[in-house]
Amino acid sequence: MESGTGVMPAPMIDANVTSVAGQVPSAPVRWTLTAVAVGFLAVTLVLPLVVVFINALAQGWQTAIAAWKHPDALAAIRLTALTLAIVVPLNTTFGLAAAWAISKFRFAGKSLLVTLIDLPFSVSPVISGMVFVLLFGAQGLLGPWLSEHGIRIIFAVPGIVLATTFVTLPFVARELIPLMQAQGQEEEEAAVSLGAGGWQVFLRVTLPNIKWGLAYGTILCGARTLGEFGAVSVVSGHIRGETNTMPLHVEILYNEYQFAAAFSVASLLVAIALITIIGKSIVEWRMQGSLRDSAGIVRQQHPAPNGGLGDED
Amino acid sequence: MKGDRSIASETKMGFCRRRNRRVLPGFRLTLGFTLLYLSLLVLIPLSTLVLWMGRLGWEELWSTFTAPRTLAAYRLSLLGALIAAGTNAVFGLLVAWVLVRYRFPGRRLLDTLVDLPFALPTAVAGIALTAIYAPTGVIGRLFASVGIQTAYSPLGVVLAMVFVSLPFVIRITQPVLQDIDREVEEAAATLGATRLQTFTRVILPAIIPAVLTGFAMAFARAVGEYGSIVFISGNMPGRTEIVPLLIMTRLEEFNYAGATSVALVLLLLSFVMLLLINLLQAWIRRGAPV
Repeated sequence: MESGTGVMPAPMIDANVTSVAGQVPSAPVRWTLTAVAVGFLAVTLVLPLVVVFINALAQGWQTAIAAWKHPDALAAIRLTALTLAIVVPLNTTFGLAAAWAISKFRFAGKSLLVTLIDLPFSVSPVISGMVFVLLFGAQGLLGPWLSEHGIRIIFAVPGIVLATTFVTLPFVARELIPLMQAQGQEEEEAAVSLGAGGWQVFLRVTLPNIKWGLAYGTILCGARTLGEFGAVSVVSGHIRGETNTMPLHVEILYNEYQFAAAFSVASLLVAIALITIIGKSIVEWRMQGSLRDSAGIVRQQHPAPNGGLGDED
Repeated sequence: MKGDRSIASETKMGFCRRRNRRVLPGFRLTLGFTLLYLSLLVLIPLSTLVLWMGRLGWEELWSTFTAPRTLAAYRLSLLGALIAAGTNAVFGLLVAWVLVRYRFPGRRLLDTLVDLPFALPTAVAGIALTAIYAPTGVIGRLFASVGIQTAYSPLGVVLAMVFVSLPFVIRITQPVLQDIDREVEEAAATLGATRLQTFTRVILPAIIPAVLTGFAMAFARAVGEYGSIVFISGNMPGRTEIVPLLIMTRLEEFNYAGATSVALVLLLLSFVMLLLINLLQAWIRRGAPV
């Protein structure tokens, strides 16, 4: 009896809280929504991954590994690595320079510049490759001059690097610009007033503050560089062992009905993609942590991150 | 005395002004490099397209653009991208809601997986989706048994578009959902609103800008997508041929004039989408509680 009365109030309070809050949804609704969401993601995202690995191993491990070791595959891996080694440092440098200019200074036309940096994202990859063909191709504007001097850009490695740089140009910049705008320039100014030089300020003050954003942007840039298909497909000419990147090699194998080999090379790319998104998540959690640390200060000093339209000038 | 005052007034007046002027070094260097890099890699190459257009003249542009094959490709690309973006708006909102509001085992893993379409090379996505939706594939077989063709049909094009543009709505809606003040919902509930009313009257207005931005981004991505679609669509002119593929075909024929006329409208469309997305994002910022 006593224990009974003692227990009674608890569920009542509980019921009260739920009905007042009203936002703890009934179990059926919650479970249905969760099931639909999980089901949708399972079919659209998980199933393709599973299918790649199953098809890669359809003819056994030997076939799968032989596809990796094929000279054309190795050449494709080398070319992809080379492209990565050129494009990512270039676009990272660009991202840092653009973010520094945009976040630390005021100048006319800034928002136009930010929009222009985003431009490659909204252009179809095929058009991104095509503009370089129109410029450097055999019938392109500079084509005759280039062929006179024996320079090959289209259907050669420079074209692949150019097209990939175009497509992946915004990644680092668009991660860094909002981050550095939110952080403001007080710390850098303090360093300058204490006598630090430009590079010292950048390396000792700015870089530690933006390292996670920088890592995040670089990872995204690298992933896209590795997997870019449309733009590269236009400029590459598909010369085996010379101008085939990994995704193009997958396409060729697939079109030749070498399905197991195609999926085997594809599984390498899937593995890299999985590592990428895991790395991205880790960086994201770190970044949220470090943002939370400085959130109070940032909010106080910069009520509107994009404020300051006309100002004194 | 006089000196003191002028120093005082200078620190008072000048501090705010000068803070935003060129105290920090590197303005000319970084802005110069940014503009040079952007011009060489993006602006000059893109303006080549406009130059080519000038060479062609309106008549030729118009006749290529209104050719039945071009129109059919545009119809498929635009309609397909609209359907795909719409699908992702609905499911993306649902997934974002579940990921933000509910706790269940595997939630973090799913959250991480959402980025997969951004990280997976589109060619890999293309062959994987084809393997799934081909008449012999896991899901394609089911559809084939009721007489619906998935791969090598317009439906296949839409499926590939859904895959590549999936993360946008989810990733843009998630932070906005997280920021919604629970107290507002609780207030709505105390005032007698049902859960559905709270959702449509309180939550939906707050997240509509985010969902629309995601929709626009998904649409822009889907319209230009090439890599994943060429595998699953079957590439039949007039039926399953998308605009980027038609451009590619013209380029492979070394018909640069034809490629330019087809590409021009797609390029204009991407400028319009870029502008629209910028406006929508400004709307989100204005609506966001700071």
